[in-house]
Amino acid sequence: MLAIVGTVPDDSFPLVSGEVRLKGDTLEIQGLDVAVNRGTPALVAAVLKACEVLDDCEVTGFLVGDIGLGKGSRRLYSHLVEHLPAMAIHTLAFHYLQPDVDWHNRIVFAVEAMAKKPLMIADAGFMYAAKMSGQAGFYDLFTPDAGELAFLADETAPHPFYTRGFILHDENRAEDLIQRAYLHNNGATHLLVKGKIDHVANGAGILSTVDFPAVEAMEAMGGTGDTLTGIVTALVASGMAIPLAAEIAAKTNRLAGFYANPTPASSIVEVIHQIPRALTEVLAAIPHAFDKPTP
Amino acid sequence: MLIRRFLNRFKRQESPQDRDDLGILGILVFENTSEVIQAERVLKNGGWPIRVMGPPPGIQSGCDLVIEFPLMEELHLTRLLTDAGIPPLEVVPVNDPLLKPVDLFHTKDFGRYLMVRAANMKLTVDKETLVIVNVSGGGCPDVPYLAGLMVGQTLSNTPRPGIMGHTLCGYALKLALEEIERQCLP
Repeated sequence: MLAIVGTVPDDSFPLVSGEVRLKGDTLEIQGLDVAVNRGTPALVAAVLKACEVLDDCEVTGFLVGDIGLGKGSRRLYSHLVEHLPAMAIHTLAFHYLQPDVDWHNRIVFAVEAMAKKPLMIADAGFMYAAKMSGQAGFYDLFTPDAGELAFLADETAPHPFYTRGFILHDENRAEDLIQRAYLHNNGATHLLVKGKIDHVANGAGILSTVDFPAVEAMEAMGGTGDTLTGIVTALVASGMAIPLAAEIAAKTNRLAGFYANPTPASSIVEVIHQIPRALTEVLAAIPHAFDKPTP
Repeated sequence: MLIRRFLNRFKRQESPQDRDDLGILGILVFENTSEVIQAERVLKNGGWPIRVMGPPPGIQSGCDLVIEFPLMEELHLTRLLTDAGIPPLEVVPVNDPLLKPVDLFHTKDFGRYLMVRAANMKLTVDKETLVIVNVSGGGCPDVPYLAGLMVGQTLSNTPRPGIMGHTLCGYALKLALEEIERQCLP
């Protein structure tokens, strides 16, 4: 099972879990509709669009309403702590959640109680909590943007808002920041750093970079990082090795953006619709992509 | 790493009522003790899990008491205190009181559109109409909520993230909005 954990920006949205489907620009879960615009719904939609190209994709969502007060996130954390140990999940991605170190640690404890540890992916608020807990190494993949990479690189920062000034959000220093993140054990086993140049890295350094096609407007668009995390999640869940999945996801996200031909005022939905076309094209250029062993 | 994970095992076994449940902590610094006492009353009456304590080394301003609070809720709590007439002098992370908020803005001009980044938040406006066209970045749950409220609104009538937001990401978006207003409004 591929499972995604995150929030919906509506305080009245209940805690739901179950299979998620995409109908046009709307997600459906447990009879409820969720508009796809940005955040976790955009990530889930990107996974489902990638699944149109990949085989055997069934996506389970753990979603709750939260507008930043954290109440929904904490209800969801509690639900997961209770139910995860008995579940069989091969890929588990955490996304927009209120960062909470103690609840994060309880989630880690619940995952350790599972019969088989899933491939663990963290982005957004949950990645912040994972770094602050000192347990980044528990994760197989983080997907930070440039500002979040600076946060991972600053061992004292409790949040990207407090990243120290000498650790500039400078994409030209990505290699240094990646090295610094691993030096202080604040990197997951793999990093997919989203930016003008996307970097795939691990503790040994940068494994690959992707900078083409360059679609400048995507930097301003809300949700482009969510779609990238969604695509790599789908690829990893399909059995592809993480470094290759990250590289293919970066190429696919850029190509989908290229086909959407966006302006800085465009909606992420336009990019999401192009994911199947882009992923098909990128995979066609790598015929043995799925032959790589999963590490 | 192994030692830290070993120690965290013990942390996880503590009861939900323990102070460690607050997660990442911050400190509110006030002008005098009277304000600390008033602030404590306001926050405790609101059900916030806070604690009055002595200031750590490195805090050079304020009185000899500070209030420890869940840092992620900074925007929400400072708004409550400002509304109550007792805004804190300073807010700092408890793990390193010398840390300051990111104060560098990055501006990118797309021609018709202007984007400003503050910390991990980006805000983009149409320079001709002054309509907010996109919000991106950030990882806290109020970001998609604020984006839904703000995108499509003009700078003059947009809901304010300083009022509608709750987290540090919301605070960064507030700064980005103020900077883009400084650059775009007369």
